[in-house]
Amino acid sequence: MTPLSALLVRDMRLAVRIGGGALMGVLFFLIVVTLVPLAVGPDLAQLRRIGPAMLWLGALLASLLTLDRLFAADQEDGSLDLMLMGRAPLELVVLVKAAAHWITTGLPLVIVTPLLGLFLNLEPGAIAAVALALLIGTPALTCIGLVGAALSVALRRGGLLLPVLVLPLTVPVLIFGVAAASGEASSGTAFMILGALTLMSLVLGPFAAAAALRHGLE
Amino acid sequence: MRLSASGLTCIRGMRVVFENIGFELSTGEVMTVIGPNGAGKSSLLRLMAGLIRASAGRIELEAGDSDLSLPEQAHYQGHLDPLKASLTVAENLAFWTSYLGGGLGAEAALVAIGLEGLADLPAAYLSAGQRRRLSLARLVAVQRPVWLLDEPTSALDAAGQARLAELMRDHLAGGGMIVAATHGPLGIEAKELRLGRVA
Repeated sequence: MTPLSALLVRDMRLAVRIGGGALMGVLFFLIVVTLVPLAVGPDLAQLRRIGPAMLWLGALLASLLTLDRLFAADQEDGSLDLMLMGRAPLELVVLVKAAAHWITTGLPLVIVTPLLGLFLNLEPGAIAAVALALLIGTPALTCIGLVGAALSVALRRGGLLLPVLVLPLTVPVLIFGVAAASGEASSGTAFMILGALTLMSLVLGPFAAAAALRHGLE
Repeated sequence: MRLSASGLTCIRGMRVVFENIGFELSTGEVMTVIGPNGAGKSSLLRLMAGLIRASAGRIELEAGDSDLSLPEQAHYQGHLDPLKASLTVAENLAFWTSYLGGGLGAEAALVAIGLEGLADLPAAYLSAGQRRRLSLARLVAVQRPVWLLDEPTSALDAAGQARLAELMRDHLAGGGMIVAATHGPLGIEAKELRLGRVA
């Protein structure tokens, strides 16, 4: 196996083993979305209106939940030192870790979205739109969160800093994600902007995260 | 091959850890770094591993692979054992072997370090000494000319220390170099680099 595929397999394995984050993200998503109808009340029309926004908020918080362990776990046992020394470029290492995180936490969120859409009284068309928007948009959440995860490791201030750093940066993804899922006339444009945001964060995120990790060496 | 350093200075958090350190090491030689706590033994090793930056000075590896930097040609064993509790012994070792560029199979490396029969045990159930052995197994599994070891014998029992000494001898005989920070004897002939004030 090449170094990077070995890393991908290891990170995915860790996520699904005991103490891993794969199931936690989905369960958290489930709980948040289940709580919404209880809090808002049994007004079906209102649920349908706010449904896509609630799904997006749930996905945002769920993917943030597991991000803080992304580099911290490797730093605590010295694995990160070996990755920094290694022959594989750090940018690619970071990208592979992001891919493993997305496959184990982002993708399951997309998969359970149709079920949770039913909880929120969404139409089949709207469910498909939200699921597609999440499929396109969640990689952006992971890649933006990557930078925060790397910074919080470098600054040794733990996970509490992460949401403060990351949430403001996810605002555009949230806005266009919800707009794309709304099913209005402008949602086609919103889909394209969402795709652009994901592509941008895919390119910039790993470089910024790798720079943050290198800076942490000081 | 030849590893040389001159004028190394390390400043961390406004404090001078060490100043103007130099040494030379050639193929088949061991250097032990000794000194009191806080003298900068670990800092020197981390500096050589590229994990902290030197404020001044240079380290060079002559006649190594010119495409690779010193950290890329070195094994670093710090105080921590880079193992995941939820992976088995074999999975942990197989990951680092593939990640670091491949080499010996996990089976043979585990035999060399004395962990045969534990391959399918999750690393969570290992003792501190067994964790250290598993961590050192990657040094055997993947070939690197330079070994940077920070207190490698800590947590190892007498048999483990003897085995490590044997592995180090094999590594040196194969043209390797070792820099080790240590408080106790390693069980092999070594140069000494003394850090900190001489008492």
